[in-house]
Amino acid sequence: MRIGGREQNFSETVKGRILIFTILIVTSILFLIFRLWYLQIIKSDELKLLAENNRVRTIPLKAYRGKIFDRNNKEIINSRPSFNLLLTPEDVKEPERILSIIASRFKIDMDRIKMEIKNSHALFQPVTLKRNLSREEVAFIEEHRIDLPGVFLDIEPARNYVHEEAASHIFGYVGEITKLQLDNLRNSDYRLGDLIGQYGIEKRYESTLKGKRGSKYIEVDATGRELKVLREVKPDFGYNLYLTIDIELQKEAEGLFEGKNGALVAIDPRDGSILAMVSKPSFNPNFFAGGVSKEYWSNLTADNYKPLQNRAIQGQYPPGSVFKIITATAGLEEGVITPATIINCPGFFKLGKKTYRCWKKSGHGKMDLQNALIQSCDVFFYTVGFRLGVDRLSQYAYSSGLGNSTDIDLEGEKAGLIPTSDWKERAKGEPWVAGETLSVSIGQSFNLVTPIQLANMISAVANGGTIFKPRIVYKIETESGVNEVKPEIKGKLAAAQKTLDIIRDSLRGVVSDARGTGRAATISGIVVAGKTGTAQVIKMKESEDKADEDLPYEFRDHAWFVAFAPYENPTIAVAVLVEHGGHGGSAAAPIAGRLIKKYLLTQ
Amino acid sequence: MNNKNIFSSRLISNFDWILFGLTIVISVIGVAAIYSTGGAGNGEPNRTFIKQIYWILLGLIGMTLILLVDYHLLERFTYIFYIAIIIIFIIIALTGKSISGARRWLSIGQLTFQPSEIAKIILIITLARYFDDRNIRGAYQIRNLAVPFIIVLIPVILIAKQPDLGTAVILFFIFVSMSFFMKINPKSFSILIGSFVLSLPLLWHFMKNYQRNRILTLMNPQTDPLGSGYHIIQSKIAIGSGGYAGKGFMSGTQSQLNFLPEKHTDFIFSVFAEEMGFIGATLLIFAYLVILIKGIDVIYHARDRSGALMAIGVVSMLTFHIIFNIGMTTGIFPVVGIPLPFMSYGGSSLMTNFMAIGLLLNIKMRRFKGID
Repeated sequence: MRIGGREQNFSETVKGRILIFTILIVTSILFLIFRLWYLQIIKSDELKLLAENNRVRTIPLKAYRGKIFDRNNKEIINSRPSFNLLLTPEDVKEPERILSIIASRFKIDMDRIKMEIKNSHALFQPVTLKRNLSREEVAFIEEHRIDLPGVFLDIEPARNYVHEEAASHIFGYVGEITKLQLDNLRNSDYRLGDLIGQYGIEKRYESTLKGKRGSKYIEVDATGRELKVLREVKPDFGYNLYLTIDIELQKEAEGLFEGKNGALVAIDPRDGSILAMVSKPSFNPNFFAGGVSKEYWSNLTADNYKPLQNRAIQGQYPPGSVFKIITATAGLEEGVITPATIINCPGFFKLGKKTYRCWKKSGHGKMDLQNALIQSCDVFFYTVGFRLGVDRLSQYAYSSGLGNSTDIDLEGEKAGLIPTSDWKERAKGEPWVAGETLSVSIGQSFNLVTPIQLANMISAVANGGTIFKPRIVYKIETESGVNEVKPEIKGKLAAAQKTLDIIRDSLRGVVSDARGTGRAATISGIVVAGKTGTAQVIKMKESEDKADEDLPYEFRDHAWFVAFAPYENPTIAVAVLVEHGGHGGSAAAPIAGRLIKKYLLTQ
Repeated sequence: MNNKNIFSSRLISNFDWILFGLTIVISVIGVAAIYSTGGAGNGEPNRTFIKQIYWILLGLIGMTLILLVDYHLLERFTYIFYIAIIIIFIIIALTGKSISGARRWLSIGQLTFQPSEIAKIILIITLARYFDDRNIRGAYQIRNLAVPFIIVLIPVILIAKQPDLGTAVILFFIFVSMSFFMKINPKSFSILIGSFVLSLPLLWHFMKNYQRNRILTLMNPQTDPLGSGYHIIQSKIAIGSGGYAGKGFMSGTQSQLNFLPEKHTDFIFSVFAEEMGFIGATLLIFAYLVILIKGIDVIYHARDRSGALMAIGVVSMLTFHIIFNIGMTTGIFPVVGIPLPFMSYGGSSLMTNFMAIGLLLNIKMRRFKGID
């Protein structure tokens, strides 16, 4: 036994060290509390989010895109079930065998499959291998389900264009959102792999049609097993669109273009509704619905005739003799002619040293305005144009809607061009030449118009002068009701009623007069008014001695015909363009005639 | 008889009810936390918390046994205990049951026991005995630490080979802090610390790959978020997402949905902090602090040198456990399997900690002279 006194001193002797020891312990404990404060208070929100991300898996519920109906409430675009091929890597037994079956049977690159699997987040999460399977492919999976563990089908709504190629340029198509679009739409709820309107109405009305994605929030445990549905937000349906298009008329119009390239626009002159709009060649938007195949896409983009171009609003052509309607209006309004003015057509018009020819070499003889329009006498309009000068003429053309966009509700409309002397100075750096005015006054030279512009112009002539903004959607059906899209008036033709009456009467003669150039548009029982046009692709001089049919296709003239009917109370106005079709009277007028007939007789 | 009477009443009057009470409170909290971890609806009935209750009762019996025996008696027989435990370690190394790659378990019938836990108590008493016997006048020199160092080194090596790096490190730290209280001169102490620091690369060399990874991932858990960094990340998420007030009992998503690993053993603190929040976790840590302060009080008022040394050992042991465990769950220290005293599930650990508290109570009860 040791001496008590010394023993008692031990704690006293290490008093200092006990203090250090205590301080160390208290400091460490306080440090732990500080650390907890950092994690649970400072970092709390961030870590709460991570905890939620851990346990909640969000499954997007696709929204159904709005349907599209025609003016007669016929469903023309809807959704159909589309089957996708999915694979859950975790469940695939004998991966080599199964993957090679899938690769060969579904024509998917083996490396791509392996890549997809490698890039997936977790082995229990399915990866999509192929979209929009064919019926045979679906059947194959159904039959061999037992032999292919881990491989299964998933249904998603795919866009279905009921009438295939019809009106493809109006409807457009949907396609997977591109990286660039995703970047531009950063604040929206779009995600990679989403379908988005890429063209036509689908693009223009994307926000109306798309609806809103829903979500299913599922609680999962650490192994990814789904435990329960926490919350479900149902997707919102997209709004339905009602188009002014008459799908039956549209299909008739498409049929009339069999074997031809060109465009057609039919408008209801009473309110500017587009009844039909054709652009040929066209494409099949259904081929885009489940992701466009490389093959189809490269065919479309490599095609010289540009099937993806909507000629009705993007094709720019010289208006040819259709422009004479403008020249006539300007002449009357500006008083350089009266309805009684007679101009002799000897078959040519001399300006200085140059000679400008009429299409009829022998000449039309004495012509008044009406006869000049009916027979499309060039010399008469050379004279009127010469008297007006280009700038006065252009003013009328421009205010009739030519050379400027109609503001139709479609993407990519082209403005065309109506030349003025100023414009030439600016664009070409050369002064205007009087001879060019002659060409302009019969719709050649620098003039460029789109079919929709001519259709809208003839529609205004038909309805007494009102220029509408062409309307393609007349009703939007939302969850809360129906929004009517009212017709919008863009302007008025700069023509007095008297002037219009004379012009309209002349246009009736174009179709019904024995010498009219548009007789091919005659329909028994219905009075049709119209105007032919033949737009030269190459200068007259080079082609003057050859019949159009003898020229190579790409040098042949474009054939135009604009028309409206019935004459007394017009309900349809049409512009037809047949690319390289030759004469308007022979190539375009019959198409317009048949379309009008179809429309008026089935009404 | 009269003497005996005074003896027992005096003993009881010196019983530290706060120390004892807090131990029980924390143990009950531990049972509740373990009960909570069993809440994940996998259908299996949760028996773990019931086993823990049994272990607590056994622990209380062990504590009572230690209480009843004067600690001087323990001191007297400590070398026998020491040799016995070394033999047990050797037996385990040769025949022991391997659980997840580690031979650290001793099976007696149905029971498995981890002798490395009880080795801590034995080592504390043995070191106290040694330092008590070799009372050197003046300052300790390095060479005076050679023998106690060897006493520590033998079990440390045997335990590290099991492998149970956590316990080995704790034993070493107990030795360092007990040495600190010998009048070792500051120069020698700094040489000791210095050589320890210098030997770290050597230690690194002997570490297994997974152990190195744990240290590397501590520094940057994101390098391997699904591998060895996973535990740290998930534990931090659990604790942090608890916020101020916690998600509520049995409502911690990280633990209930098994994102948290080892949730009823090494990461029980994360479960508690997630469900009880900063307020609950801080209160728990304060409870531990009170226990440690009470332990320091025992050191200070110990009747003699051996009592004080044993108390130092026990307080160090508890401190290291608490700091390493909470430090590990909050991402300050690498993941080494060090349980949180009275909270983590595990019989051996509970038993040892109750006995450690018993030792403190024992020393405090017998702090007055003339009581033998």
